[in-house]
Amino acid sequence: MTMIKDAVNAFCSPVIIFTASMVCFYLFVRFPRQATSMAVSLPLLGLALAGFAFGLTDDHFRKIITTPDNVPIVGMLFIFLYFTWYAVRKGVINDQRMERGESTIEQTETNEKVLVFPYLIFIEFVMALAYAIVLVVWSIFLKAPLEEPANPTISPNPSKAPWYFLGLQELLVYFDPWIAGVLLPTFIIIGLCAIPYIDRDTDGSGYFSFKKRRAVISTYLFGFWILWVLLIVIGTFMRGPNWNFFGPFEKWDIHKTVPLLNINLSEIIFIKWLGIGLPKLWIVRELPGILLTLGYFMVPPAILAKTKLKSAYQKLGPVRYAVLMMLLLVMVSVPIKMYLRWAFNLKYIVAIPEFFFNI
Amino acid sequence: MSAPETPKKFDLGKFITESQIYKSIFRHGYTTSDRDRALSVMTNVFFHLHPVKVRKSGARFGFTWCAGGLSFFVFLTLVVSGILLMFYYRPTVEHAYNDIMALREHVPFGIMRELHRWGAHAMIITVWLHMFRVFMTGSYKPPREFNWVIGVILLVLTMLLSFTGYLLPWDQLAMWAVTVGSNMARATPFLGHEGPGAALLAIGDIQLVHSGSDVRFALLGGRFVGAGTLLRFYILHCVAIPTAVVVLMSVHFWRIRKDGGISGPL
Ligand code: HEM
Repeated sequence: MTMIKDAVNAFCSPVIIFTASMVCFYLFVRFPRQATSMAVSLPLLGLALAGFAFGLTDDHFRKIITTPDNVPIVGMLFIFLYFTWYAVRKGVINDQRMERGESTIEQTETNEKVLVFPYLIFIEFVMALAYAIVLVVWSIFLKAPLEEPANPTISPNPSKAPWYFLGLQELLVYFDPWIAGVLLPTFIIIGLCAIPYIDRDTDGSGYFSFKKRRAVISTYLFGFWILWVLLIVIGTFMRGPNWNFFGPFEKWDIHKTVPLLNINLSEIIFIKWLGIGLPKLWIVRELPGILLTLGYFMVPPAILAKTKLKSAYQKLGPVRYAVLMMLLLVMVSVPIKMYLRWAFNLKYIVAIPEFFFNI
Repeated sequence: MSAPETPKKFDLGKFITESQIYKSIFRHGYTTSDRDRALSVMTNVFFHLHPVKVRKSGARFGFTWCAGGLSFFVFLTLVVSGILLMFYYRPTVEHAYNDIMALREHVPFGIMRELHRWGAHAMIITVWLHMFRVFMTGSYKPPREFNWVIGVILLVLTMLLSFTGYLLPWDQLAMWAVTVGSNMARATPFLGHEGPGAALLAIGDIQLVHSGSDVRFALLGGRFVGAGTLLRFYILHCVAIPTAVVVLMSVHFWRIRKDGGISGPL
């Protein structure tokens, strides 16, 4: 038992968990039919439940999972796993029907009208009742937490935001607060609002499907599962004192020290490569990083518009295309920065502390 | 309704359903012809949120997962339990914590706080789930673009409701979660005193944006999470944000019908 746990702890690190999740994610969207088939998904569910049950035998794991405010996260994980599976499976079934020249399941029923009373009211009533029962049972068995009275002079270690913001707090490891706490949330909100103005094909609307909307659905699932939920899970369950990383069965030791060796791009270039020391003027010092960042946002969209995304560019027009590219590049920049940190200990690409401007 | 027959013996059910009081409340009885069923929707203000008839595909549980409807129901339960909590709770530094403590210890069958807290978590989950469903069925596409945008605002407000409520128990968990969360506001570009560009906003030597004048200060009502913050978050939590949510929900529901009901394939 302890051997397995030690092995899991030793194996776990942000980069491993993140990469493994990306591989699973890729397999899922690449082979949706196989991945949502019973032959694959039931054993996987069994494995997940077995792993979870095994985890519960561990004191530390159980303590973290059953912290009152963490319980909803566990519930959310299972609910969303189920509904992701469900939605993609329904999409796959509809895809197959369309390939055979049949209409989608929704299509067969769309012209049929039913009376709201009792048909829909009944469903709503049952759901409301079921929810009410779950909530009351939940409330009886799990007490709401109440710690010591607020004290501004003693800060708990770690101090964590409410769980639904923990993905953003986790990003503070890789980004400055103005990016993790302000810029990225703004982009998420704007990006979500922009979806219907970019993806406008109405023939994929009103029914579950996958194939036709593969790129759109994959992007959304990536953002939701990898960049939002996975980061919440890491931030809540695996970040202990001083925001150090801990494996799922590793005691949160307040004295764990992790060497800080992060360096800026300017230091890599001017000290390590050129060996001439940092330039005095910040604009010279940061020029490589600034050019790199500008290039990142300008070059790929221009090239893609002429090559791989030519048809998308023609369909969207310059404005929609530019907005889409901007949003996608910001989104992709998050894992890129994370990998740069893991691979090169890169702290900032552009670091101008003079203006609190670090990226 | 069928013609009244002469009653042979006393029928309590009939006595009730035919009384003036009953008829004045439930304008329509529970009968089973289509016309009567339609009337029971049209003559009931709550059911009236719905149309009389819907597409079969859209009414299926497998299509909507009832997640939007459930979000609304969860919100209603939160309003009720929240009002009950307000009877006991005073948003001041000297009372807040003790009131929560008293709620736990002196109120019989005290699960009101649990109902409210776990309900808040549940609402976050149901709203995310609803958004997920709308996305997966492509239901945000024209003509429903703007209703999606209203939904995104509702999503943000739901999380802010939860966040502002998190402070109110005034324990360590509350204070530090809000401190961590609101520290980010310090770094808002131009508007936070540690944000990029803030230093540029100065007249001569006088900084316009400093720790006593930035967005974080406005949010917290002070330089730190303190008495001012508690009052601000209380009012945001109990008055300001719920009002906005109710208004936006009304628009959301109204637009579902104006956009042609729950989406279906073309
Ligand atoms: C407080 C939160 C919300 C409530 C109470 C709510 C309620 C509802 C309800 C009752 C429906 C009817 C269909 C269904 O149940 O699925 C609906 C539909 C819809 N909602 Fe929401 N909603 C909320 C948040 C959101 C969010 C976050 C989004 C998206 C970002 C959204 C976008 C939509 C759209 C586009 C429809 C039309 C779907 C269709 O026609 O199939 N809503 N909403």
